[in-house]
Amino acid sequence: MKQTADLSAGLACPIPLTEYKSVLMAHGGGGKLTQQLIQKMFVSQFDNDMLGALHDGAVFQAGNMKLAFSTDSYVINPIFFPGGDIGELAVNGTVNDLAMCGAKPLYLSSAFIIEEGFPMDDLWRIVLSMKGAAERAGVRLVTGDTKVVDRGKGDGIFINTSGIGAVEAASDIDPKNARPGDKIIVNGPIAVHGIAIMSVREGLEFETEIRSDTAPLNGLVEKILKAGRDLHVLRDPTRGGVASAVNEIAQSSRHGILLNEEAIPISEDVRGACEILGLDPLYVANEGKLLAFVAPASAEMVLKEMRSHPQGKDAAVIGEVVGDHPGVAVMKSRIGGTRVVDMLSGEQLPRIC
Amino acid sequence: MRFIDEYRDGDAAKKTAEMIHRITTRTWTVMEICGGQTHTIVKYGIESLLPPGLTLVHGPGCPVCVTPLEIIDKAIAIASRSDVIFTSFGDMLRVPGSTKDLLTVKAEGGKVRMVYSPLDAVKIARENPDMKVVFFGVGFETTAPANAMAVYQAKKLGMENFSLLCSHVLVPPAMNAILSSPANRVQGFLAAGHVCTVMGYEEYFPLAERYHVPIVVTGFEPLDLLQGIYMTVRQLEEGGSRVENQYSRAVRREGNVPAQNLLREVFRVSDRAWRGIGVIPMSGYALRDEYAGYDAEKIFDVGEIRTQESPLCIAGSILQGLKKPDECSAFGIQCTPEHPLGAPMVSSEGACAAYYHFGEYRGERQS
Repeated sequence: MKQTADLSAGLACPIPLTEYKSVLMAHGGGGKLTQQLIQKMFVSQFDNDMLGALHDGAVFQAGNMKLAFSTDSYVINPIFFPGGDIGELAVNGTVNDLAMCGAKPLYLSSAFIIEEGFPMDDLWRIVLSMKGAAERAGVRLVTGDTKVVDRGKGDGIFINTSGIGAVEAASDIDPKNARPGDKIIVNGPIAVHGIAIMSVREGLEFETEIRSDTAPLNGLVEKILKAGRDLHVLRDPTRGGVASAVNEIAQSSRHGILLNEEAIPISEDVRGACEILGLDPLYVANEGKLLAFVAPASAEMVLKEMRSHPQGKDAAVIGEVVGDHPGVAVMKSRIGGTRVVDMLSGEQLPRIC
Repeated sequence: MRFIDEYRDGDAAKKTAEMIHRITTRTWTVMEICGGQTHTIVKYGIESLLPPGLTLVHGPGCPVCVTPLEIIDKAIAIASRSDVIFTSFGDMLRVPGSTKDLLTVKAEGGKVRMVYSPLDAVKIARENPDMKVVFFGVGFETTAPANAMAVYQAKKLGMENFSLLCSHVLVPPAMNAILSSPANRVQGFLAAGHVCTVMGYEEYFPLAERYHVPIVVTGFEPLDLLQGIYMTVRQLEEGGSRVENQYSRAVRREGNVPAQNLLREVFRVSDRAWRGIGVIPMSGYALRDEYAGYDAEKIFDVGEIRTQESPLCIAGSILQGLKKPDECSAFGIQCTPEHPLGAPMVSSEGACAAYYHFGEYRGERQS
């Protein structure tokens, strides 16, 4: 009897059908629905410590080596955008996920799902761009897969990359390690990638073209790791932006986070675009940015190191971890008031007026 | 950012807040009409800068929030048709109808598209002559001219595949409904600056006089709000009931006359249902008979759809300023942005969502 009961429990959908009969775009948006899907469907069934940590990648011991392993899929539209393309993004994204585990990225795999009729020239451009990105990041693409689907069954091209990297034995970088007093450092202006993509989709033109910030961050991370022993957390605020990243860390570490709105670097044109599009830059995606949580005594030194690296020349301290309001991120506004910075609950939708 | 940063200056905000403290001698209740103003108030933590006895209540000026469930259900019925491309501003896509929202229709294969302007919907109609393209025309006097323009253009171009699902509402009749309610506790208003950009502010004179309330046309940046509050409190303390214009950099007394002419050309004033409030006489726009061929409600035969609102949701009291979101028993429990019972929890302008996202009011978070 018990077996039957367990089996049916296993078959029942943990996300009640009355709530969502089908998958919505917001389930992939990086906000609350994504978190719910991952927790209720994947983590509960694939149940293990490494997955449960919900880090950018898994870190594990293999023989006497400590390795990091991560994967990501790229379904971006448009495929080519100012500042990059899907291929460069696919390499940088997985390189960065590994770097956020404190790993030195080594080898990547790449799987292509291509729609029938996709221009060969475009594929060639993507391949060359991946080659360049891999060279810049110092990784090698060592295995892969190709599938072609019927016309209409895919959106041009989808790419998945997975990667492994080596982690220093003593390193312990994990979202749960954030502790009160830690300074939060971002390596440059936020919200650039999301706005670059959105301005192409919406056909917006600005005085200067907004170009995606996609870049490999492993060089910068290596530099920080060398400089500071007190690095507790690294996170790249991609989907869902800085707001979602700090919420995840607040929840993992069970501490509060206090951001200072005035200190958050954001370029004039991106701010302008956010005003026009009715978007909050805190929730807009980044592709070449990281948040570093550093013990206060080492913060100055880490900041200095970051600023001497091309990927971190505009680095700034944007907030700190606090003992109050555990699990919640709060921001001090420009005019001195405070507010809670919540996780995005769906897709970010522009306001009517 | 020029012309924006000036209105978000910390020092100036502090000074204005101090001025409000200095002139406030007793408790006052002021309503900001527009959802955009509510959003700024909560986002910048403006309430934390005000004297404790000065209460702001969030008015019915969020277009998403006041659109009745029945219209949402009609939108969903139309958007589910295979011969329709349904276009809408982003906010409306997540408003729950009685069984689902427009994003779910999209997930199920409906052709639902988010646009930034109704004219984009006209463009989509021109590019897809075999499809019927519908734009979800909601909102106040602010969004109405662009929607009127879309219909006007479509008629001028002789297009037959474009139509408007129209649910436009007007601010002054709603203010009248609030002020005439026996339970009213609002003593002064911050009128919605953008509405007045179109309509001017002459129509507020009779309201101020009849109900003896100060009405200050107010903008949307933190300093606009603080100055608007200052001007309202100053009048309240002096016993004044004038219409004043804080948002003079955008609003003229007579408003935008060409826009008003276009509104008159395309729309007629009609009775409208407001979510949680009910029907308010002569409180909205409907398409004129000359434009009946562009009226989606007529074209798609959805007149039979009748929907009741959720009994748990106190959206009506919230939109009228009778209650604050955290006074609702469902707030943050049965009703969250992921599972909204009422529209004020959906829209980023909605009073409930603004409290939920930016306020420190969540029971689970206080413990």
